[in-house]
Amino acid sequence: MTGGAPVAHMVIASGAVVGRVAITDDVGCEERREDSPERPSGAAMLRLALTRLAWAIPLLLAASMITFVLVALAPGDAARTILGPYAPQAQVDALRETLGLNEPWYVQYAAWLASALQGDLGSSLLTSQPVTDLIVNRLPVTLALAVGATIVCALVGVALGTFSATRGRIGSGLVDFVAVLGIAVPNFWIGIVLVAVFAVWLGVLPATGYVPISNSVPLWARSLVLPVVTLAIGGVTLIAKQTRDAMRETLGRDFIDSLRADGWSEGRIVWRHGLRNAAIPIVTGIGVFFTGLLGGTVLVENVFAMPGLGGAAVGAAVGHDLPLIQGIALTYCVIVVIVNLIVDLLYAGLDPKARIAR
Amino acid sequence: MIAPDSTAALVTPSRRQASFGRRLLRRPAAVTALVVLAVIVFVTFAAGWLAPYDPLANDLAASLQGPSAQHLLGTDQLGRDVLSRLMYGGQPSVTASLVVVVVALLVSIPVGVVSGFVGGRFDQICMRIVDLAQSLPVMVIILVVLAVVGEQFLLAYTALGLLMVAPVVRNVRGSAIAVRHELFVDAARASGVRPLVIVFRHIVPRTTGPILVQATIVASMSLLFTAGLAYLGFGVQPPNPSWGSMVAEAATVLRANPWMLVASGGLLGVTIACFSIIGDTIRDLSVEAWAQPVRQRRRGARRTARTPQAADTSVDVLQVKGLSIAYGGRGAVFDVDLTVPAGTVLGIVGESGSGKTTVARAILGLLRGSGEVSGGEILFRGTDLLTLTDRELRRLRGTGIAYISQEPMVALDPTRRIGTTLSDSVRLHRGSPRPEARRRALELLRLVQIADPERVMKLYPHQISGGMAQRVSIARALVADPALLIADEPTTALDVTVQAEILDLLRDLRERLGMSIVIVTHDWGVVADLCDSAVVMRHGRVVEEGPFEQLFYQPQHEYTASLINRARELAELPTERVVS
Repeated sequence: MTGGAPVAHMVIASGAVVGRVAITDDVGCEERREDSPERPSGAAMLRLALTRLAWAIPLLLAASMITFVLVALAPGDAARTILGPYAPQAQVDALRETLGLNEPWYVQYAAWLASALQGDLGSSLLTSQPVTDLIVNRLPVTLALAVGATIVCALVGVALGTFSATRGRIGSGLVDFVAVLGIAVPNFWIGIVLVAVFAVWLGVLPATGYVPISNSVPLWARSLVLPVVTLAIGGVTLIAKQTRDAMRETLGRDFIDSLRADGWSEGRIVWRHGLRNAAIPIVTGIGVFFTGLLGGTVLVENVFAMPGLGGAAVGAAVGHDLPLIQGIALTYCVIVVIVNLIVDLLYAGLDPKARIAR
Repeated sequence: MIAPDSTAALVTPSRRQASFGRRLLRRPAAVTALVVLAVIVFVTFAAGWLAPYDPLANDLAASLQGPSAQHLLGTDQLGRDVLSRLMYGGQPSVTASLVVVVVALLVSIPVGVVSGFVGGRFDQICMRIVDLAQSLPVMVIILVVLAVVGEQFLLAYTALGLLMVAPVVRNVRGSAIAVRHELFVDAARASGVRPLVIVFRHIVPRTTGPILVQATIVASMSLLFTAGLAYLGFGVQPPNPSWGSMVAEAATVLRANPWMLVASGGLLGVTIACFSIIGDTIRDLSVEAWAQPVRQRRRGARRTARTPQAADTSVDVLQVKGLSIAYGGRGAVFDVDLTVPAGTVLGIVGESGSGKTTVARAILGLLRGSGEVSGGEILFRGTDLLTLTDRELRRLRGTGIAYISQEPMVALDPTRRIGTTLSDSVRLHRGSPRPEARRRALELLRLVQIADPERVMKLYPHQISGGMAQRVSIARALVADPALLIADEPTTALDVTVQAEILDLLRDLRERLGMSIVIVTHDWGVVADLCDSAVVMRHGRVVEEGPFEQLFYQPQHEYTASLINRARELAELPTERVVS
């Protein structure tokens, strides 16, 4: 779970949900009474989307700037770090020249940004392959992992959480217990254990590797099972916890009693009305959690030798391949931005109050 | 000294602070976790004296052994003692986490406290940055740092600490805001105490709880992250051990010695779990007062196998005999009798806590929390509701007995349009197809005198006023022409003029539909306006009952008399105004 769900855990535990609501507030979910009747839904949603996209710009700038700032700030010479302590000074100087390290960092950044905006993220220092190509090749693997794990987490977590919210002490205690385990056990370790059990011992699933979807859909799915489960295990308990709390809060509200008094069955009340209302905080939680899960792909790809962005990121960090790690970090941030946007739109779709334009 | 807390809104009052440490020690899970952590840390740093072997001593003859008397946790592929390596390996792991935690807390506590306390511009900027920082995938950013700084892991751990600052700031800030608005802080500020003094004397001690919770979270996360980095090869270099790198070594000898994986990952897991348990306990301790599980317990007390009698319309619509109700074994309502003849309105009058709402909810079988009927009968048209199964009771709700609640604004599902809520109810009770249900819903809205039903059908609950919401609730209650309507303080939450309108509506409906009503209220005006008869409740018992005129003009019981006198004093009774 390292790098994955714990972030989400910390974030959820610390009330980022509140933060998101605050952001949406800025966008315009002001509560209105009778004076704002029919909602201008489409326009409001578009407005919301644009505002959120505008908000994403500083994030992307910060993420793309980080390498340049670090190179400028970090003690020692980046070119020396890249080439190692035994490289001749002349070679180091040459590399400094190639990388433009003699310029101030903002000049370097401006040059990089100018070509990045045209889709050119530079070339890998190690393989000379264009960074953009490498990212495009590896992105599907990481996306498949992250999206798959998110879906598994959401489905299983919501079901578990709802179950424990309605089954009182035992279900609730179980979720608490599993949640402690889920948070405590590192995901790279879970991955290795799963390999031990399902690949080495039972021999039913491949231990490592990835089959592109274009080769064979069933084999592709098979190659994803263990990594997705590994990535999802920690998150399931977090979402279950989040769901349980949201469901409890919702089921304690007056309108639920009114529905009971109106003769609706408990099942319908829980799954239709309860879940629909609880979904608002849950979706927010899933969005925050996704950021952490994305980080978790780094370790999981490593455990399962998946040719994704995470594996490349580790390689780039080891080899001090600055243009490559820079491009990868930016890609991760773009994914976060897109997912946050989807979450916000979902949120607005779920909560009628968030849909009303100012 | 410690004010435990988990979220911004909750700050424990100071008188509970002193006992906090003791209360923590009363939780066996937390105590166990603390002891285990202490042992792990001690053994780690005393490894030099305690470890049975040199962690680097190869013994190829004894490679990959399972646990034995010589090697309690077995050996790795070079025959090194796993236990000794775990003991030594704890040092870099614990130290790395310590760096992360210290950096994270050193930065986040001052920023959080100041941001929450000062507010304004500074706070806004801080929160923007926090939002931004929380959207960064931490693991990837750390890899960026490592790519730049190379082997200088201390720098990487510092960066990791900085990346963990954001959520802690958010939390500390929340607590600081909560404290800032407390009276004694205002008082201190008004009497000219310097802000810095206020921060250190009042704010910081009161946010210790949330900070402790956050510290445990940061500690477990930094263990996970640094172990993850070590697993990837960033950290102490072989042959020196660390917990994370030992997991990686174990992975390579999975087939030959799975035991090594269990030992290394298990230790990591136990350590992190200890932090989680301690954090959870601190959080629980601070919220336990109000975090009761919301659990609807069904009444199962008296399920004797009596067959429900055939509905008999000639008898009273509702007859409650000797009803007693207890919450978790403690009596709340004692031996209550009520009679509601067909077409009449009964008021249940009393102060808050008199048990009047409990009685009303018991009739519907919707007692809250641990409430249970401990004795008596609730006869609806001659059938004892207490003998019905859940399913039978459910079928009766809405059709035979309907209910409107005190808070109309929260009685409707906020995610559904008014029209959907109403047509759903029509479809449930009447089995009508959609268009038919919609038509009926419109009719009902007209029946409750809503002027523009077509428009209201499209609105969400948050878009309508309280009075309108109560009308919608009444419309829903009327869907299946119930014989009995239970109205729990139906006007309390509304403005005075709206109250009168709702009462008019109820009176009108009763005359038109011949429905019986049980109305729970503390307002004699409502009783005067609507009720044929009333019961007065106090401390869970009926003190007096009778026709309205008798109660009002010749109260027999002095409590009734005192209630009525007080009502008379409070206002020229709204009675005068509303009675038609």
